[in-house]
Amino acid sequence: MAEISAATSVRAWQRRLILILLLAPALLWLLALIVLPHVQLALLSLRERVAPHVYQPSLAQFHTFFAEPLYWQVFVRTAALSIVATALTLLVAFPIAWVITKVARGRASALLFVVCLIPFWVSETVRALGWLILLRESGVLPALLVKLGLTAMPMELLYHDATILTGLVYTSLLFMVVPLVSSLESLDNSLIEAAYDLGANGFATLRNIVIPHAAPGITAGCIVVFMLTLGNYLTPNLLGGKNSQWFTELIYTQFIVRFNWEQGAAFGFLLLGLSTGIVALGLRLSGQRFVDVMRRS
Amino acid sequence: MIASLPRPAWLRTATVLYVAAFLMFLFVPLVIVGVFAFNDASYPAPPWRGFTLDWFTGSAATGRVGLFHDTELLGSIGTSVIVAVWVTILSVTVGTANAFLMERYRFPGKQVLSVLMLTPLVIPGVILGISVLSFSSRVAELADDLFGLDLDFLRPGLPLVVLGQFSYIATIATLMISARLKRFDQTLEEAALNLGASHVAVLRTITLPYLRPALIGSGAIALLMSFENFNTTLMLVGSDAPLTIMMYGRMREGASPVLNAVSLFLMLASGGLALTLMRGGSRAEPAKSAAAQ
Repeated sequence: MAEISAATSVRAWQRRLILILLLAPALLWLLALIVLPHVQLALLSLRERVAPHVYQPSLAQFHTFFAEPLYWQVFVRTAALSIVATALTLLVAFPIAWVITKVARGRASALLFVVCLIPFWVSETVRALGWLILLRESGVLPALLVKLGLTAMPMELLYHDATILTGLVYTSLLFMVVPLVSSLESLDNSLIEAAYDLGANGFATLRNIVIPHAAPGITAGCIVVFMLTLGNYLTPNLLGGKNSQWFTELIYTQFIVRFNWEQGAAFGFLLLGLSTGIVALGLRLSGQRFVDVMRRS
Repeated sequence: MIASLPRPAWLRTATVLYVAAFLMFLFVPLVIVGVFAFNDASYPAPPWRGFTLDWFTGSAATGRVGLFHDTELLGSIGTSVIVAVWVTILSVTVGTANAFLMERYRFPGKQVLSVLMLTPLVIPGVILGISVLSFSSRVAELADDLFGLDLDFLRPGLPLVVLGQFSYIATIATLMISARLKRFDQTLEEAALNLGASHVAVLRTITLPYLRPALIGSGAIALLMSFENFNTTLMLVGSDAPLTIMMYGRMREGASPVLNAVSLFLMLASGGLALTLMRGGSRAEPAKSAAAQ
């Protein structure tokens, strides 16, 4: 007996050692690269430079944000355009997800799905380059419009809000199509047939059967797309030029160009707060848990 | 409506048109990038002036520096590869440890840890970048003040880029490897142990071979995401620019078709990787997390 209990205690001790060895990388990663950096960022945002190398705690950075109209206007604008972009992405992606799961069959469906995913393996920089060549004044589309006689002179199609939205929707489609497809896949076709047999029209079926069933996928897609859009830098910057006024650009300017880290950190927290707030709201409205949504997307 | 129900002719036509328009929307920008890599003009814009390979093979002698002679661009590809390899090694190693930790062990605070592991995915990349930047410079400052150490690697540069990218790619590797480990039938391990195998032997001959597809899949995703990362890298980059940053800088100056040439290579490489992975794995799994942030 003593031998066995000694053996189990050795094994328990071994297990504990392995547990500690496995915990170490996880803790190191999360503490050194996520938790502590954000604590440092919070401390930065809550202080003010009063003289060279002398700082004092203050809310001045957040005060500047509200006092300077440009700052909060860009913030509101970024949030509003991100919401519009998310809604547009849902509208564009839903019919495709529907065709993939319910209309096309077998190989055609699988092929369409794969074809939809492929562009998103290409770097965002390359995709932005494509839109630049297509839309700028000397680009393909303005030249085509002139050739068709629709406009007399080549039009500048870049630097509009619509351009930014197009680019953002394009970049985000994948993150909407995938969760939509996986939630629509689990919708039993016989439910739709039943609704049809009972005399429901397309719209009633969509509202009463399809959307309630796909709600988790819709939420997951919208949350991910919104977050990525809000935090995007490349697409608004390249397609919007000076007119883009995206909030991440303000953060970049404060941090890298002006070297005003305190202000940049405050902006970072405002963006993080907005992103987290909208995600929480989306989860609350749809009654889902964060962990489940992240697993699904 | 669904395929098993009668669909009016207009709806069928509308469906086909919509799918066609959607595919055009997806692929026209990419095709345009590829086509203008071969245009015989010094600017990637219409009209078409004939076919040329100058933007690949040209050198200073011919007046057009093509991709194969553009040392700056080739250097940035090299930089990206080095960063991506480090990020991949770190992410897959830590991801594997995390998968075993979360699937096999119970310990106090596990719930908190599992939520914390997902948070990097909901933090915008720009903010990951600035938080790592400000923390590392604080640590460097402290090391200098307290010990007189000059920790150069904590200043903006490639080591920080690797750490910044790893900070969220590790989450993706963790999720992918955990998902496979969860489906593992643990009686296989018990059987091997009963038959006298050591724990190390079981890990080496049974568990790790089972995890192989997830390890390869997450490695490929990590490689790709690191290669394509822009937001986090932008905040942490020093003097050696990886490819995405280099391309961005040149696009702002006014792109030359060399960028189309390098883009064409990127498309072929990532397209090839995508098809290999999708053929190998389940169809949604590797693709869904691609290109995030």
